[in-house]
Amino acid sequence: MNTIPEKNFLNATRGWKSWLFTLDHKRIGVLYLFSIMAAFLVGGVFAILIRLELLGPGRNLMEADTYNQVFTLHGAIMIFLFIIPSIPAALGNFLLPQMIGAKDVAFPRLNLASWWVYILGSIFAVISIAMGSVDTGWTFYTPYATETQTSVISMTLGVFILGFSSIFTGLNFIVTIHKMRLPGQTWFRMPLFVWGLYATAIIQVLATPVLGITMVLLILERVAGIGIFDPAMGGDPVLYQHFFWFYSHPAVYIMILPGMGIISELISTFSKKRIFGYTAIAYSSLAIAFISFLVWGHHMFVSGQSQLAATIFSFLTFLVGIPSGIKIFNWLATMYKGRITFETPMLYALSFLFLFTIGGLTGIFLGALAVDIHLHDTYFVVAHFHYVMVGGTVMAFLGGIHYWWPKIWGRMYSEFWAKIAAAFVFVGFNMTFFTQFILGSQGMPRRYYTYMDQYQPLHAFSSVGSWVMAVGFIIMGVYLFHSIKRGRPAGNNPWGALTLEWETTSPPPTENFVETPKFSHGPYDYDKNVPERTI
Amino acid sequence: MDTTATLFLPPGGSTIAGEVDALFYFLVYASIVMFGIVLAGMIFFGLRYRHRQGDAAAPTAGISHNTKLELTWSIIPTILVVIVFFWGFNVYLKMNVVPKDAMEIKVTGQKWFWTFDYPEGANTVNELVIPAGKPVKLLMSSKDVIHSFFVPDFRVKMDVLPNRYTIVWFEAKREGTHNLFCTEFCGTGHSSMIGTVRVVPEREYAEWLETASNVGSDLAPEQYGERLFVSKACVTCHSLEGKSVVGPPLNGVFGKPVALTSGGTVIIDENYIRESILEPQASVVAGYQPVMPTYQGILKDREIDALVAYIKSLQ
Ligand code: HEC
Ligand SMILES: [Cu+2]
Repeated sequence: MNTIPEKNFLNATRGWKSWLFTLDHKRIGVLYLFSIMAAFLVGGVFAILIRLELLGPGRNLMEADTYNQVFTLHGAIMIFLFIIPSIPAALGNFLLPQMIGAKDVAFPRLNLASWWVYILGSIFAVISIAMGSVDTGWTFYTPYATETQTSVISMTLGVFILGFSSIFTGLNFIVTIHKMRLPGQTWFRMPLFVWGLYATAIIQVLATPVLGITMVLLILERVAGIGIFDPAMGGDPVLYQHFFWFYSHPAVYIMILPGMGIISELISTFSKKRIFGYTAIAYSSLAIAFISFLVWGHHMFVSGQSQLAATIFSFLTFLVGIPSGIKIFNWLATMYKGRITFETPMLYALSFLFLFTIGGLTGIFLGALAVDIHLHDTYFVVAHFHYVMVGGTVMAFLGGIHYWWPKIWGRMYSEFWAKIAAAFVFVGFNMTFFTQFILGSQGMPRRYYTYMDQYQPLHAFSSVGSWVMAVGFIIMGVYLFHSIKRGRPAGNNPWGALTLEWETTSPPPTENFVETPKFSHGPYDYDKNVPERTI
Repeated sequence: MDTTATLFLPPGGSTIAGEVDALFYFLVYASIVMFGIVLAGMIFFGLRYRHRQGDAAAPTAGISHNTKLELTWSIIPTILVVIVFFWGFNVYLKMNVVPKDAMEIKVTGQKWFWTFDYPEGANTVNELVIPAGKPVKLLMSSKDVIHSFFVPDFRVKMDVLPNRYTIVWFEAKREGTHNLFCTEFCGTGHSSMIGTVRVVPEREYAEWLETASNVGSDLAPEQYGERLFVSKACVTCHSLEGKSVVGPPLNGVFGKPVALTSGGTVIIDENYIRESILEPQASVVAGYQPVMPTYQGILKDREIDALVAYIKSLQ
């Protein structure tokens, strides 16, 4: 019979101060986890409102101006408050030190600061909602963002501040991975999730400052009337787009790379198989990180940038697709000759493979110049990035949550309900977003409050899908929270995994390990007889 | 002939549409094959290697990599995407090289309508009339924020910017009407910034151009004004049933006082209406945003007169 260790990081100290000012990376990870879940809930409510409004053409629920604010808030909250911090700041924080056998991250205070800065940035975002909201879309394109009457400043200031929280986390992770690995754990013996976090951290540190600067320039333009982007003041609106996408394209990889790391862990653990092509996966993460800085112009094929630039960006875009494709084949090959079980985390990993493949393939459509001209700024693009961001990152995140939940709380959720919820989310997701590929290629533009009758059946179907997905998430919320106190004790290593975090108790003690761990086997040595496996 | 609509694509109405569609459907089929491979792998491995009750928990095969296999699945997709790149680039080039004999029309985007100016003097709002079988070049710019000119049936799209001209060209294959959408978010009326492209036979086009260049000469001013009220997009913001849309309703207002944001009131008379049309920001009605575009340069004097007469007649 499994038991919960008497002393663990959850009960080591008590009182709200011991949480809000904790330096323990695990507690900071948990703080982040609750924060991003709250953000996800708010962003999700906005998503449901969008789909309700789009149930039929014309006004259903709100006025055009309200609708424009709702889709802006959905995007801004989901991107900046949820998905960017989701995997690195919540799961990464909790796991990174344990996976490399360290007691904490390199800079615990910086780590706490990152969470507080995140909260501060979120407050500005919330203030902007209270002050009449923003209606620019999450991209804040100028000159619209310079002219609109809505509270752009508060929101962009929020985004600026949130950037620092992201940079802090990235910086911390880079140093931690370089300096704090257990003796014997060389670079190529690290779990692939750690590689994913490492590649992500590089982008966070190098790209986020550009977003920060762009936001400051936008604020200066609005407040001080300095013409940078607005042609009415002598600026250039396309310059804004270059700045914005210089960050926001790499940011796509801030979102997906850690997710890919999780998938490597899940597929290997639940196939009980050595990961296929470890080095290829590790290097492809780095390759993606670097090439991702060179493709921003593919968001701008019809923006008026030069045809030569568009051509070069198109070519580079195809290059960045290849490492992602390679990873998919590696994961498949890992399943070959494995001993596969289908617990909930594995279901999410398989959903990821299914959905992310579609997301990736439709990316090829958008990279091809002539085809993108037709598809740009239609629902095809909306569908594509939801397949990548939700089908990819969120599925990986959910897989990770279900995988490490027993490590965090020491208790297990109901497997039965978890499978039901996973099914709802998967089916609902495809209903909602596959239809949008067809809507888009049929010509339905994005960010439309109302639309022509011919698009109605598909829009309505998509809205129904969003309800199915919502049911899945509600079930998930219930059984997850229920299990925190009521779940049955999970034991140290419920999945029989080989990475280091499973060698300590669940939940772990504050110092992570009772005794200093020794590096005795690689993270994927399922082909060897490893004694820990039977724990 | 126009291509017909398919599951994914609307009917193709331009000479370039067929080429875009060919690449699009090549990608659809190639994607189905690739996706099929991944799905088949998942299902097959999942069934074949699933853990069965009573299986010993023995170590599994230690396959760490296989260079030949990895090279294969790196090189084949690379070749495929290089083909797709060149294919897409090739069609893109054709989209960008404007034929020398293309007729030119000036397009202006502004919140939230499109204006088309023909060199012969005609100008239309939200309706682009073009002859079939002739290349048309649009020289586009915006008066405010960024808009984007998108005709799905023609497979063309181009942003319309406030500080420079952008160009798009196409050749419609035969008569018909096609939707024109704005695809760059531009505020409240973004989703109603919709127009039509009407393709007519060449002879009919010449006739249309002739009348469009001096319309109204045969109509009473009120009737002409009534038409302009629709064709110049006043209706998108002004109701005639007393409702307030983006702007105030315009029925029964003539001769009445109206409060302004600057304080003060004015009586709505001919000069005030004229000023409202040409310099809308000069006196803004209380309770409304100053979003009415100026019609300076869009409306001729004769047209303004007709609009004034029409609004006057709405008692
Ligand atoms: C983009 C929306 C929009 C369009 C298009 C538009 N208007 Fe307006 N109009 C407004 C708004 C908003 C106001 C009130 C604010 C102001 O006075 O500027 C207004 C005010 C007016 C007024 C003053 C009304 C009053 O009660 O004092 C007149 C007259 C007028 N418009 C006529 C026209 C005519 C004629 C056209 C077409 C040629 C037109 N408008 C097109 C938005 C629009
Ligand atoms: Cu527009």
